[in-house]
Amino acid sequence: MLRGFWIAVFLLVAISAAPAADGLNVKIGYLGTADKTETISLIAMPAANDGVAGAELAIDDNNTTGKFLKQSFSLQEVLLKENDDPAAAVAKLADSGISLIVTDLPAGMLLKAADAGRQRGLFFFNAGATDDRLRQEDCRANVIHTAPSRAMLADGLAQYLVWKHWTRWLLVVGSHAHDKLFADALRRSATRFGAQIVQQREFKDTGGARRTDSGLVQIQSQIPLFTQSAPDYDVLVAADESQVFADYMPYRTSQPRPVAGSAGLEPTTWDPAFDQWGAIQLQSRFEKKFSRWMTALDMQAWMAVRMVGEAVSHANSDDAKAILKYMEGPDFALAAFKGRKLTVRDWDLQLRQPILLADGRTVVSVSPQEGFLHQYSELDTLGIDRPETKCKLK
Amino acid sequence: MWLRFILGIALALLFGGQASAYRAYVANEKSNTVSLIDTDTWKVVKTIKVGQRPRGIAYTKDQKYVLVACGDDDTIQMIDTSTNTVSDTLPSGPDPEFFTASPDGKILYVANENDNTVTIIDIARRAQIGAVQVGVEPEGMAISPDGKILINTSETTNMAHFIDPAKHEVVASVLVDQRPRFAAFTPDGSELWVSSEVGGTVSVIDPVKRVVTQKIEFAIPGMRPDPIQPVGIDITTDGKLAFIALGPANHVAVVDVKTHKVIKYLLVGERVWHMAFTPDGKYLLTANGVSNDVSVIDVAALKVVNTVQVGELPWGIAMSDH
Repeated sequence: MLRGFWIAVFLLVAISAAPAADGLNVKIGYLGTADKTETISLIAMPAANDGVAGAELAIDDNNTTGKFLKQSFSLQEVLLKENDDPAAAVAKLADSGISLIVTDLPAGMLLKAADAGRQRGLFFFNAGATDDRLRQEDCRANVIHTAPSRAMLADGLAQYLVWKHWTRWLLVVGSHAHDKLFADALRRSATRFGAQIVQQREFKDTGGARRTDSGLVQIQSQIPLFTQSAPDYDVLVAADESQVFADYMPYRTSQPRPVAGSAGLEPTTWDPAFDQWGAIQLQSRFEKKFSRWMTALDMQAWMAVRMVGEAVSHANSDDAKAILKYMEGPDFALAAFKGRKLTVRDWDLQLRQPILLADGRTVVSVSPQEGFLHQYSELDTLGIDRPETKCKLK
Repeated sequence: MWLRFILGIALALLFGGQASAYRAYVANEKSNTVSLIDTDTWKVVKTIKVGQRPRGIAYTKDQKYVLVACGDDDTIQMIDTSTNTVSDTLPSGPDPEFFTASPDGKILYVANENDNTVTIIDIARRAQIGAVQVGVEPEGMAISPDGKILINTSETTNMAHFIDPAKHEVVASVLVDQRPRFAAFTPDGSELWVSSEVGGTVSVIDPVKRVVTQKIEFAIPGMRPDPIQPVGIDITTDGKLAFIALGPANHVAVVDVKTHKVIKYLLVGERVWHMAFTPDGKYLLTANGVSNDVSVIDVAALKVVNTVQVGELPWGIAMSDH
């Protein structure tokens, strides 16, 4: 069905792909934003090359493989400012012969880029946006998601909390739109896996700086006040993508309770402390090249570029059409240090992947948890499954 | 009384010596030790302290040493088999994981997992004599029975590299499924088998034409495909049966080498990776990482007949070949 649709799309869309007689040269674009988030913890501040560094390492890995197949890969990075037009940037990349673009863009900008690129036969790998709407009503047939959705992250966390029998949650939600979206995902997960939200509280962002000289003194008395007289609960679950309060919760709650969600035990695709399933090798390659730790965004970009490398080496073509056909086919699988193969969901083009649960020092567990069964793949217990999808790929 | 005692000793010498008392050396990745199993009693008779993160382990051809790759110490340690202590080291290059020796036992070829390199070592001189650049995360190593072609598998590049051991260069590369971990030639050298851990298959390669001629797939009743992750391959010396360790599927597949068909799945311990035959070919020992034990398979009966507790995360096993 999907494949038939693709053939139709590519019959209509002219793609300029000139396979060189001696060897292939695959150019990949990277579209990111220039502005970076401010974090509560100084050590969590993203590096200037957060994300693109992962893509660059994957280019190296692809080239090491490519030298045995006469294939080479290169990356062209474009950073957008808040008011820049993604469509113009996409057109420019297309003019320079690029048809595959990795993005770290907010949902709105990504949709603009994808829709502009569609007319030119461009294909996108969403490495940055976790919005469920991009996999649901706003899904696109030319966008594969290596970033997990919020639903996948929340499900990964919920499975572990339920496995621990920490089923009574105090849900604390930030006042920004993204925080509320994560809270929606957490509520959905609670219902799905049998946890109960005993109470929900909002932590209002009243503005102000995250770096102050005597802020700690205030926070130590503010957080116990904020969390007191809650109904009995097992774990405080924080939805704070905006980095306003969650990191202030551990050790400061009124009652002694663990914290999870946006602080404490966090669901993620990667953690610098992760060393299982050969991950130590990727961690050391990354650290050697960039002199810093590898983040989840770096990993999501690495996976996107490696997906291209994997498809090019097997399809032996730099034609976007052939590459995508291989990625959607039954033979495609990505090895990404998660102890099992990663494949693409054909109903919303989301990469299936395990979710790590990290506490900032170690990886505590990896979901899906044992006992959460699925008729097709346990990985599909994370996120929006086929029967619930609202996505109509177009 | 005395007579009985002397008779007892004589009998013990006679029959004790005759039984299949081999020694299996098991590398325990987490405990930084090697467990020494007596195959007569199936008991651990000694635990040898070695360097950090011991994984690849094998006898030297002269049986004087057991070599163990200590990845986090960037060295290969040599265990003297007469004293069972570490007596020397080989300059393996960074993060050695797995190795194989030339048929005459003189040259060692080492996969340096972190460095995209295969290091070549003269064992007698304890010296590096060359290096070959290969794909990303080299691991599996095998040499053809005639010693003319060396194979390395690279886990992220997903290839089996064919290396000319005389010229120290890659002469061909064959794409296989994701995360190739192990390579083995059939005893007659006519086929090269490569296991792909994440891909879940074993590729059968024609070493002359250098193409994949068949992929062996596995299906264990009642189990999803995800945990079926082939790693170690051991083929009987008569070339009839291949045993393939299926990792977290906790089973070893028995494959008919001629037909490439799976005959049986044997339930062993948890996360089975590497294996070794006893020199008489009667038993196959499997290193089961997560359950910290070694399963003993009776090769003729195709049954698991014993389990031996070893150190933490057993990874590989060395056994002499005669």
